[in-house]
Amino acid sequence: MSPLARVLAEQEGTSGERSRQRTLELIAIGTAAGLFSGVFGVGGGSVIVPLLVLWLGYHEREATGTSLAAIVFIAAFASALGAAYGNLRLLDAVAIGVPATGGVLIGTWLQQRLAGRSIMLLFAAVLVAAAVELLLE
Amino acid sequence: MIDSVTIALELAALGLVAGVLGGLLGVGGGVLFVPGLVVILGLSQHQAEATSLLAIVPVALLGALTQDRYGNVRRSDALKIGLLSIVGVAGGVALANILSGAVLRGAFALLLLVIAAQLVRRALTQLRKNDPYAL
Repeated sequence: MSPLARVLAEQEGTSGERSRQRTLELIAIGTAAGLFSGVFGVGGGSVIVPLLVLWLGYHEREATGTSLAAIVFIAAFASALGAAYGNLRLLDAVAIGVPATGGVLIGTWLQQRLAGRSIMLLFAAVLVAAAVELLLE
Repeated sequence: MIDSVTIALELAALGLVAGVLGGLLGVGGGVLFVPGLVVILGLSQHQAEATSLLAIVPVALLGALTQDRYGNVRRSDALKIGLLSIVGVAGGVALANILSGAVLRGAFALLLLVIAAQLVRRALTQLRKNDPYAL
């Protein structure tokens, strides 16, 4: 084998291995996010985003964008399965899902105009209140 | 009649607020949809979760389309994660339906506290970086 051919073959070997590892990582992320989403009824972004950053070296913005696209599938699968268990309230989902799309547009617009920091702290307080409310329910 | 109008308005407000926070912070609607549905409609934890998941679909879709325009979506990876999630999803939904509503609700409350802690840490990290857009 010529030196050039050997180098090419080695490169192919490494990149083949790398792409296999990458696929395994994507499977692990999908499975973990799916489990999380199925158990908790959320999209799974809080699992996907950190893992994309940690394992695949994504930047935060790319991780968030890619996570949102994956969540479309994950949430659709999980709600279809939830419906199979008889837990889905279709009209209620429409009643919050449709106004929420308007909210996303407003939120994205606001994102360009203000720092999220105080909102993060406010939201954190809201989540703590919601947690207490659920525990008392 | 008035009651159902009030409830519809409350649900719309819940959706709007959750959507704004989703667009602003990237923290999805689910963490607000689930407790909101439990409190406003008195749904069981299981019903609230399945319903929240369907409401998340249009939110995530719109968010993904917007991010894709900025070039922030790696489509092939997103597709792989999304399609390969099915096994985990089936396991997760089955597990949720084995657990009692009370256990599931307690676990969800813990999740909210963890996410709240994450948000506080994010805010503090930004503060340390001395971001010009201060608190």
